[in-house]
Amino acid sequence: MASSKTSAYEEMMKGLWRDNPVFVQVLGMCPMLAVTNSAINAIAMGLASFFVLVCSSFLVSSLKRWIPKQVRISVFIVIIATFVTVVDYVLLAMVPAIHKELGAFIPLIVANCLILGRQEAFASRHTVKYAVMDAVGMAGGFMIALFSLGAVREILGEGKLFGFDLFGSNFEPWVIMILPPGGFITLGLILLFFNWVTERKKRFLEQVAEAERSGA
Amino acid sequence: MSTELPVQQKEPSSSTLVAALAIAGFLSGIIIITVYLATFDTIAENKARELREAVFRVIPGVTQMQKLRFDGEGLVVMPQDAKDDENTVYGGYDDEGKFIGYAIVNAGPGFQDTIRVIYGYQPDQSKVVGMWILESRETPGLGDKIYKDAAFVANFDELAIEPTIVTVKKGTKSAANEIDAITGATISSKAVARIMNEAHAVWAGRLPRPGAEPKLPSVDQTESEK
Repeated sequence: MASSKTSAYEEMMKGLWRDNPVFVQVLGMCPMLAVTNSAINAIAMGLASFFVLVCSSFLVSSLKRWIPKQVRISVFIVIIATFVTVVDYVLLAMVPAIHKELGAFIPLIVANCLILGRQEAFASRHTVKYAVMDAVGMAGGFMIALFSLGAVREILGEGKLFGFDLFGSNFEPWVIMILPPGGFITLGLILLFFNWVTERKKRFLEQVAEAERSGA
Repeated sequence: MSTELPVQQKEPSSSTLVAALAIAGFLSGIIIITVYLATFDTIAENKARELREAVFRVIPGVTQMQKLRFDGEGLVVMPQDAKDDENTVYGGYDDEGKFIGYAIVNAGPGFQDTIRVIYGYQPDQSKVVGMWILESRETPGLGDKIYKDAAFVANFDELAIEPTIVTVKKGTKSAANEIDAITGATISSKAVARIMNEAHAVWAGRLPRPGAEPKLPSVDQTESEK
């Protein structure tokens, strides 16, 4: 029982860091680059994707027995599209200002390869519990990635974070950061940093192992 | 690991496949219709409120409004929930029901996509008293200054629209019908002016002479006093 708990926890944690959908798998780049020009847009997109991914994984995993495998992709897409439409209407009703900013990218969540990918690779092969934990982890990792990109771009591009002025009026915003090239530049630098950290960690663990061997 | 293999199926018949998809589609349809109906009123309310706020913003001093429609000869009063089209304008009135100005909506191509502009117009002095962007997808950081830059929006607070609005380089505004363009977003700035000029060309001949504006119906007044 204890071991199954740990591995469910691991299923969740792997999405946040080790197998982060953006930094490691480089999935979902379209919303990633398009809507991260401010932190609030990034969070809204992250929450919308979170809802869609977790609900779809839950449903796909619970219904997997009744989904004939020949038409599984179509059924997954129908399930995902349904949740996306729900999100679309709910955002339009609750937060019209944010819906306006995200615009066409809400319906495009349907085509986010991260979400369909998790259904095909994980949810349709695992029990509900694992599928949901995996979805929470992956969607959380996606949200972290969106937020870090959005925050960097908003801080440098507008001198603000969540609309609050950070540097005062003397700051000259780097307009390029909120334009598309800024998205690519920031993403590239974050990927560089992520790989550097992973590499350092690996080398550190190797050194520790070596030291232990020679010590023993 | 608790990896479960997908349940093995023995070549299901086509009718099973069709049935599976049909059921999925049917259930999905029901969910979508439910959500659509559940959010419909809120969405319509939001849109109406947004428009109301925009009208109050572009005509200073307005506290009541009504929908007017050009029917080919003159302006007729429309019910509040009537559908808007390109022949609709909004009349703005003060507390006592005195006419102040029109709010006119028009859309046209911007730098990236259609820009929808609403502006306040006072026919007796033929001047613009305010402008607001209802919808645009201009470049963040540059083109979106057409509504984020208060200095640009302030260009329209008192602007002559006759003969036409002219966009000039930032800082060189000298005549009453000139506006300062935004540095780095000349196309978006010009687009706003062009959209308003086009609307004025259409509406100048349609609006009744000053003093003959449609009155606020008394029904509306009692309603707004509630």
